[in-house]
Amino acid sequence: MSALVAAGGVPGLWTLADGQKLQAPDIEYGKLSPTLIVLGAAAVGVVLEAFLPRRSRHVAQVFLALLGLAAAFAAVVGLAASGAGSTKAQIAGMGALAVDGPALFLQGTILLVGIVGVITFAERRLEPRAHGAPVDSFAAQPASVPGGEGEQMAVKAGWTTSEVFPLLLFAVGGMLLFPAANDLLLLFIALEVFSLPLYLLCALARRRRLLSQEAAVKYFLLGAFSSAFLLFGTALLYGYAGTVSYSGIARVVSGADATTDPVLAQTTGNDALLLIGGALVVMGLLFKVGAVPFHMWTPDVYQGAPTPVTGFMAAATKVAAFGALLRLLYVVLPGLRWDWRPVMWGVAILTMLAGAVVAITQTDIKRLLAYSSIAHAGFLLVGTIATSKDGISSVLFYLGAYSFVTLGAFSVVTLVRDAGGEATHLSKWAGLGRRSPLLAGVFAVFLLAFAGIPLTSGFAGKFAVFKAAAEGGAGALVVVGVIASAIAAFFYLRVIVLMFFSEPRADGPSVAVPSVLTSSAIAVGVVVTIVLGVAPQYFLELAGHAGVFVR
Amino acid sequence: MSFPLLTVTAALPAVGAVATAAVPAARRTAAKWSALLFSLATLVLAAVVLARFDPDGGRYQLTESHAWIADFGVRYELGVDGIGAVMIALTALLIPFVVAAGWHDADPGEERPSSRWRPTQGFFALILAVEAMVIVSFAATDVFLFYIFFEAMLIPMYFLIGGFGDRAHAAGEDEGAKQRSYAAVKFLLYNLAGGLIMLAAVVGLYAVTADQLGTGTFSLQQIAEARSSGELTMATTTERLLFLGFFVAFAIKAPLWPVHTWLPNAMGEATAPVAVLITAVVDKVGTFAMLRFCLGLFPGASDWATPVVIALALVSILYGALLAVGQRDIKRLVAYASISHFGFIILGIFAMTSQGQGGATLYMVFHGISTAALMLVAGFLISRRGSRLIADFGGVQKVAPVLAGTFLVGGLATLSLPGLAPFVSEFLVLVGTFSRYPVAGIVATAGIILAALYVLLLYQRTMTGPVKRPEIEKMPDLRARELAVAVPLVALLVVLGLFPKPLTEIVNPAVEHTMSDVKKTDPKPQRPVAEHGWFDYKPARHSGGEHE
Repeated sequence: MSALVAAGGVPGLWTLADGQKLQAPDIEYGKLSPTLIVLGAAAVGVVLEAFLPRRSRHVAQVFLALLGLAAAFAAVVGLAASGAGSTKAQIAGMGALAVDGPALFLQGTILLVGIVGVITFAERRLEPRAHGAPVDSFAAQPASVPGGEGEQMAVKAGWTTSEVFPLLLFAVGGMLLFPAANDLLLLFIALEVFSLPLYLLCALARRRRLLSQEAAVKYFLLGAFSSAFLLFGTALLYGYAGTVSYSGIARVVSGADATTDPVLAQTTGNDALLLIGGALVVMGLLFKVGAVPFHMWTPDVYQGAPTPVTGFMAAATKVAAFGALLRLLYVVLPGLRWDWRPVMWGVAILTMLAGAVVAITQTDIKRLLAYSSIAHAGFLLVGTIATSKDGISSVLFYLGAYSFVTLGAFSVVTLVRDAGGEATHLSKWAGLGRRSPLLAGVFAVFLLAFAGIPLTSGFAGKFAVFKAAAEGGAGALVVVGVIASAIAAFFYLRVIVLMFFSEPRADGPSVAVPSVLTSSAIAVGVVVTIVLGVAPQYFLELAGHAGVFVR
Repeated sequence: MSFPLLTVTAALPAVGAVATAAVPAARRTAAKWSALLFSLATLVLAAVVLARFDPDGGRYQLTESHAWIADFGVRYELGVDGIGAVMIALTALLIPFVVAAGWHDADPGEERPSSRWRPTQGFFALILAVEAMVIVSFAATDVFLFYIFFEAMLIPMYFLIGGFGDRAHAAGEDEGAKQRSYAAVKFLLYNLAGGLIMLAAVVGLYAVTADQLGTGTFSLQQIAEARSSGELTMATTTERLLFLGFFVAFAIKAPLWPVHTWLPNAMGEATAPVAVLITAVVDKVGTFAMLRFCLGLFPGASDWATPVVIALALVSILYGALLAVGQRDIKRLVAYASISHFGFIILGIFAMTSQGQGGATLYMVFHGISTAALMLVAGFLISRRGSRLIADFGGVQKVAPVLAGTFLVGGLATLSLPGLAPFVSEFLVLVGTFSRYPVAGIVATAGIILAALYVLLLYQRTMTGPVKRPEIEKMPDLRARELAVAVPLVALLVVLGLFPKPLTEIVNPAVEHTMSDVKKTDPKPQRPVAEHGWFDYKPARHSGGEHE
């Protein structure tokens, strides 16, 4: 940066001090390759969309997306194997990005979630064929008025929205940056990069399009608020510290950095700015996490969005946002621990209890899962509050375990259908266990994992965060968490009762036979759920090694 | 590396569960035989466990220890003391009877919703899965390992209760399904709530050990060693809170008044074999865990809680017995009788005398066998008449004398008739209680009188008198399969009633270990006892002083 600062101490972009040369930014392309690969693949996807004939787009896009995500995942594994996650952790991209254990672990998780997401997006066997052409869960022409002439023509022509794949890739790219962001500005940019494609994806449902569009608008409006909070907080923190870099702010908070920028002399070190700014940034992140009282969007968006999108979003957004929240709390604001811990205690308790209690009254399976995701955000916050290395790794493990259960559960939801599309009303799930025992059994496994029954991944995750919290002196939170789990168990069980112990309804839904795509997504979910439940040690170790942030 | 006998004993029914579940839908009978053979093979292995167990050897035998989840301080540690070995044997003994008694309970009805719907395979696979989990619970010497199977057991039990009921229900088909599902949910919610409270205590235990020992551990032996070497000391309040977390879970499972209310529902709605599985096998994990974990891990807090626990146990004994007298439904009557008996078991455990605890352990075994005999024969009776109501019977002994006879022996065992096995255990519990808490002993005796009332009234109303109804006139006596279930159980009750010694020899040393865990010795008798009678029950160490 010093190269850009003129001799007088006043920043100037165009005036260089004598003898100085403008240096090219130093980017570690290798370290940042996962993100670059995904964003590059997304850009290529846009080009494909423009130049390929309609007929061949679907296959090409799916292939490109899978290839890009797999390559990025390989890059993450390569980086981790070379020690970038532990011994050689570093700040890259001129201080804007951290390449460390948590970042790589979360990026790996997001990429795997992305791969499963692409697989569920690509499913074309569930919807009845429209005029002979296989179609997916997305609107034929999203721009046309729902129920209008344009829509009918688009359906007749057999159009599909293959743009969803580049959109998903852009979202994944943003999510990869989000937990790695080491600078508030990049945090904001990453937030926008992954949020905007998600707003769009939410609006693309083929069935119940108005509901889907309403969900998208709601998500967009509330998301815009949260972005504004985040940005405003960033500005205040800049005023406080004179920098937007995480380590810079942390140094000012701890009082280690006495050099102040003359322009900001009046505001630097002003605690009011720090507290309000920190609170606003955290609020922005809590919104993305879906914590109470910033959870209002969750049920509507989860319900309205096309189910594959809901599954992807529920899993990946949570991973990315918790990664960012962890880094913010552990790297930027550890000095403020005594200020934010009581507040986060309150938020965690509210989130766990409100999520679990409100879920009891839900009658729609997608809304039920939405409230369950809120309760799980509460459990994750319990681990976050532990402020220890164990706390970080427990949250990392929980995120990995939770996201695959979520993906699996929403994939099952796409299969239960009647004439109106997916049959998401709970009453229609009655007796499903008698009609298709296998599917109901699989869904029961996911529900038991959500409920945290031993021998599923949910239990290992829950135990990890509770253990970290208890060691961190938050025993009371553990007790509240246990109570919330007991309440939550009730509504998960209600669904199991409904599926297995109720008589099937005559007009009940049928279970669509999925192609190998959705089947494999569900299979991955089941396998991960059981492996992480029975033999979690390897993954706990992985998360344990990844539990240190680079500063 | 010795042969992992306990793991194999637990794994065999698990393998059996998978094999049974995999039997094709049309081959129902093959699934039944598969379940029966696997349960019999497990019985053989359990007998080997009992035979290999050396009463004079170390505290935990046949031990296995492997790293499992190092991050949680969890090891896969198995080992049995005398109590555990006997309980594993009880479990393995009862499951073949449960399978044989439930032979036709899960045959699909007329209409089949789907060709893939395989209730029979599911029913027997779930029973074997429960058996596997119960055996691990009895053998686990790692608290976390125990917890996992203690909790996971709920899921197959839940499906067994909710998914399979008596074909004919007094309140009609739909209402029956509704009540069954209610019972299953009630069972699960009660037990899950208890389990989650225990989870908080398990986490707390980890925090305590991690704090004081550097690394958290759940190993009973490691904790006991750290305790005795003084490395691990729990603050009084911490110990009491942790004790409560564990105890509430076990009290719900056992069940103890006032958290017993799920049992009558569950046993009433489940088929008779599943009811036996609940009360004779699964619930024993609760009382067993009180002995092993509550007393073993938190001796000070156990001592602190004793007065309250004894009071609750007494309430259970009287309340269960009184409500049993008033029941109109045969299965619910047996459920309330069980609540009364669990009161005796818990009373014996917390009397903190070697007779009391030894008696309680025997009680667990004998109550399992006697309840199995009574309930399974009651199940045969109910399936003949299509009703669970006592009022729908009468005069059965005239048309089905063998059924009535085995029912009577099961009933007499339940009321602890001398000469039958439960008498030995009930007597020991009462003696053990008297020597420390005379008043509690006297109150508990009232439970025996009430037991005579509810058992004999039940027999009188169902079996004696004139045959009033045409359905009963045509009632067949026990068939070969039913005889194969009833006769061995009745024979066991008689044999063990006359020769309890082999069991007491295995149980006694383990009880002494538990007594030394809680630093208790038997109170000195007022007058020296010359010789204990034909139980050959050695009172432990008269040399020690009075407690406290």
